[in-house]
Amino acid sequence: MSTPLQIVVCGSIVPDPLQTLEPVAGAAAPSLKNEMMLPAILDPWAAHALYEAAHLAQKTPGSKVWLVSLGPKAKLQQVMMTVAQKVPFELVALDGSASGFSDSFATAAALAGAIAAIPGLDPSKLLLFGGWESASRGAGSTLQMVGERLGIAEQFQGVDQIAFREDGSFEVLERIEGGRHQVSVCTAPPAVLGWATGHLPEPRNNPQVGMANMRAILPALQRAKAAPLAAAGLRFHSVSLPKQQRQTRVVKNMPAEEIAREIVAWIGEE
Amino acid sequence: METILLLAHTEPDGLLGKPALEALAAALALGGELTVGLVGGAAQLAANQIAGCGAARFLAVTGEPYTQSRYATDAAAAEALCRKAGAALVLAPATSRWARALPGVAHRLGGRVDTHATNLAIEDGAPAATRWFYRQRMEAVLTRSERPWVVLLDSGCNPAWSGPAGTAPVEAVAAEAPPTRTTVTGVQAPKADEQTIRPDAKLLFVAGAGWTKKQPDGGMHGAEAETLILGFLRAAKASLGGSKSLVDLSGEGQAVLRFMTHLNQIGQTGATPRHPKGLSTCCHGEEPHVVGWRFVNQRRAINLDPNCGWARGKADVLYVADAFEVMRHVNKLLGPPG
Repeated sequence: MSTPLQIVVCGSIVPDPLQTLEPVAGAAAPSLKNEMMLPAILDPWAAHALYEAAHLAQKTPGSKVWLVSLGPKAKLQQVMMTVAQKVPFELVALDGSASGFSDSFATAAALAGAIAAIPGLDPSKLLLFGGWESASRGAGSTLQMVGERLGIAEQFQGVDQIAFREDGSFEVLERIEGGRHQVSVCTAPPAVLGWATGHLPEPRNNPQVGMANMRAILPALQRAKAAPLAAAGLRFHSVSLPKQQRQTRVVKNMPAEEIAREIVAWIGEE
Repeated sequence: METILLLAHTEPDGLLGKPALEALAAALALGGELTVGLVGGAAQLAANQIAGCGAARFLAVTGEPYTQSRYATDAAAAEALCRKAGAALVLAPATSRWARALPGVAHRLGGRVDTHATNLAIEDGAPAATRWFYRQRMEAVLTRSERPWVVLLDSGCNPAWSGPAGTAPVEAVAAEAPPTRTTVTGVQAPKADEQTIRPDAKLLFVAGAGWTKKQPDGGMHGAEAETLILGFLRAAKASLGGSKSLVDLSGEGQAVLRFMTHLNQIGQTGATPRHPKGLSTCCHGEEPHVVGWRFVNQRRAINLDPNCGWARGKADVLYVADAFEVMRHVNKLLGPPG
């Protein structure tokens, strides 16, 4: 595979998973309590997509990776300080809500507009990456709509592997039911790939990559256009935390054999 | 109540799978006029299977291009069915096939889509969907005014429809298969005796990174851990899950359980399976992992740390014990798999 790739990764920010989240009612839609104060990270599945994109680009000389990210500008800047040290990419920032309660339809419209406006991007060579779901909305619907808006009908979701061949075609492994993968071959880009976890570990921080990335990231953040997300027809009746708190029975000093008997009896109960 | 279209695709045997029958039951419970839209190589068997469900119409897009699960052809078929039915509400099971295709179809129709719905009910005279946000950390009930509204229902949330089969009149809907550059070449699955993910199992067995750590004798016992875990899975017919820390070890090239992959991962960036019972071993029960247990009703854990996350209201029972020792006894009691 020698044709340079153009890979656009869609990925936003989400609250650090170790944070306690609490919903609060809002005029138009719910939000998270102290949302702007919560530490944020790059959405985990989008991060996998970014690492896979960078890995592919590294193997194919002349390739380029863009990260298109929609979120509050100040939070994006914080998160990019870390993400920038992982792999080389160019940021395209949109200043707007990264809330899980925003509508994927509006998000897709904003992202597609930003991608279409990337200078020098050849739509016929485009590989559109992202997480197959986010850790906020968790809908798994945004990428398909971005793809539709960009006219891309070769789409794959739950991707764990992409392997390019000499003729420019590529094989994709997608997660399907029962712990299996569907194997498909696509003759060429453009294509949409919503990544699951893939197979790559998180890259180590590389300060040199970070410095190179940040030279372009800060101007990109300054250029970030406001992206209001309309969702006129969406109405939330309620948002609540799960109420169930279990009364845990902590069993100490019970012989292993007795524990085993108790567990086997429990497994056998209907 | 508005008109409803239930979209379902056939399985390799030509029939409808359990997720489709669950979505059918949910659609019928809403009470509106129901049209069933079928996609597959052929549709008559599937239509006959649910002939007694009371649907007003059975529409179908059939043919060789629709035997395979592929975005371009699935989206074209679903779009044609939606346009023909003209229904305000489009329901479908959240299979991998529909989850891939239907958001794009909603866009083409100028509608909206919601996925991972766990319930659909009438509130104030309109359908309202229940779904989770922030990876099962909060639950919301929402409605939409835009139509068509496409809703994908998660499996395991509704009882599957059962009723008399018969002969259903199927109306063929023309859908020109779009040109596609994608060919489905097959399915990769573990060998039958290595299959560790069993979505219909009554028990989820979760292994944490503790299985690969140094044990009280100062050594690591990865091989014994594999034997114990696989022996238990076979004897109890359980499904295997893993914590992120354990599945990540394989990516970092460390000593691991060889059958554990990212597909087994439960939690924030993993699966949220539905099993009646779950047994966690050598896992600390941290919040990002436990969100994946949201739909596991009865939970027990074995861990050496009495102050781990499971002790803080996340499990019904926490056994403070050595999982190696306990599972040796458990496997003895269960005996060889029948």
